[in-house]
Amino acid sequence: MKKLLIPALLAAFIVGCSSTPVDETSGAPVESRSGSSGVTPVTAGGLDSRGLPRELTDPKSVLSQRSIYFDLDKYEVKDEYKDLVAAHAKYLVTNKGFKVLIQGNTDERGSREYNLSLGQKRSDAVKRSLILLGAKEDQVESVSLGEEKPKNPGHDESAWSENRRADILYKAPDGRGEF
Amino acid sequence: MPQIFQKILFVLSLFAVTAAQAQLSIEITGAGANRIPVAIANFAGDTAAAQVVTTTVRADLERSGLFKLIDPAGATLDENAQINFADWKGRGADALAAGSLTRAPDGRMQARFRVYDTQKQVALGGAVYVTGNDQLRAAGHRIADYIYEKLTGEKGVFSTRIAYVVKSGGQFKLQIADADGQGAVTALSSTEPIISPVWSPDGGKLAYVSFEKKKPVIYVHTLASGQRQVVANFKGSNSAPAWSPDGRKLAVVLSKDGNSQIYSVNADGTGVQRLTQSGGIDTEPRYSPDGGSIYFTSDRGGSPQIYRMGANGGDAQRVTFEGSYNVSPRPSPDGKSLAFISRRDGRFQLAVMDLASRQVQVLTDSNKDESPSFAPNSRMILIATETGGRGVLSAVSSDGRIKQRLSISAGDVREPAWGSFIQ
Repeated sequence: MKKLLIPALLAAFIVGCSSTPVDETSGAPVESRSGSSGVTPVTAGGLDSRGLPRELTDPKSVLSQRSIYFDLDKYEVKDEYKDLVAAHAKYLVTNKGFKVLIQGNTDERGSREYNLSLGQKRSDAVKRSLILLGAKEDQVESVSLGEEKPKNPGHDESAWSENRRADILYKAPDGRGEF
Repeated sequence: MPQIFQKILFVLSLFAVTAAQAQLSIEITGAGANRIPVAIANFAGDTAAAQVVTTTVRADLERSGLFKLIDPAGATLDENAQINFADWKGRGADALAAGSLTRAPDGRMQARFRVYDTQKQVALGGAVYVTGNDQLRAAGHRIADYIYEKLTGEKGVFSTRIAYVVKSGGQFKLQIADADGQGAVTALSSTEPIISPVWSPDGGKLAYVSFEKKKPVIYVHTLASGQRQVVANFKGSNSAPAWSPDGRKLAVVLSKDGNSQIYSVNADGTGVQRLTQSGGIDTEPRYSPDGGSIYFTSDRGGSPQIYRMGANGGDAQRVTFEGSYNVSPRPSPDGKSLAFISRRDGRFQLAVMDLASRQVQVLTDSNKDESPSFAPNSRMILIATETGGRGVLSAVSSDGRIKQRLSISAGDVREPAWGSFIQ
């Protein structure tokens, strides 16, 4: 936990520097210098190019998986997603400065308002699991987007099953989010 | 710089005009069983103005499905003309309207008219409406309302307004139009969804749910000033606003204490009180017209069904029993019936329950009906539905006989809300 905090502070420091005004006579700003060199900057200590924990953003990491899918009209977290939810809970327990926003979604069928409540039930179910596994109440907010923001705009079962979903979005201690 | 600003304003105003011209077009199917044959003579006086007014009156009456328009065969009659009742009866008209449009000294137009019963050979009444030259269609709607009331005994809704949401491209627009879909204006544009608009009882405000803060938040929007006030933005979701009949409170759905539960809140956002205490979903509250009870949707019995409780909460009685999905309850303004959406064989259809007999009638044969909204005279129900993969509005008479489809060429139309009678 201490190991992670230092790079996070360092990242905050770097961000702080680049936002200080640059004197026009002192040459080109930092951004354009690194851009013209054709080099992708890497920060040491497990952070990606945006300064976010690679553990959360690396496609090879289990924590980059953020979606939990549900059955029609249902809001129970299925067994196949228990490990994924547990991994996210563990990350929140270890990294108290991080918060998550859980967005519940539904397919397009039925009442918009009922679907908004159904999406809320889905995000609440994920929230409850995270808290049972040790995440703190103030680290987790669950909201619903109902049927309003479909990931797949289609009108068949394959689209609908993709849209019956809760997504976990992280917010970093420095306020950056949602990623 | 100011010049550039002026140019931008000019472009914006051009855009506003274009947007307003994306009118709802209306298609009518079906008609009432016993339509009243009525003739609207050409009104005398200012020809151009008279034509706008009579065209509006005829279209309104025709669209209601309750009247059969008899061709006046070019007859121009003012409100004082001698009526040859036998002649009009011979043409099949049971009723006749005649009138005139004249310019008042102040430049405004005066619409005078009289309505006759050709069977009894008497005048049923008449009126004078004074109006600006750009408000001639509004005068036509008021004349149509007058004729409608004289001939059917109930108030007309041609002068009322509707609100709805248009989704086009990535844009959501909350629009207000006349009940015939004309004169659309945009009250709110957003890149995030807008749902569940409801009119305040005085017709001056809309409450709705906007996702502009990346989650559902309830606003009250004063239409004349454009002023918007957040009335519920608690942790979690805030949705499903419904006005109390006196306009002082809103029933809302909040998830701040866990599940979606029903609360009441003053119209300014103060005084939040929890009304339901269930472990499941409670949503879509609507006050009964007397303000004494609230109808709502709940899955407390295992599937979403409609329940009724007192306006301050307490015990709830289940109202719907047929099928496994009955949602979106809307009590009619006359208190006699309840419109809702019922899932039957996987299709979502508009149904109406007679509250005295508990008899349920399915009114449509569609797949994806949503968001019913009663006309203030309880005779028509506006719904969102889908044809050819596009969202359209449909108005269905409470007996299911008359259907009108309102569509917009530019996008999906949804979330209709029919406003109250114009005071």
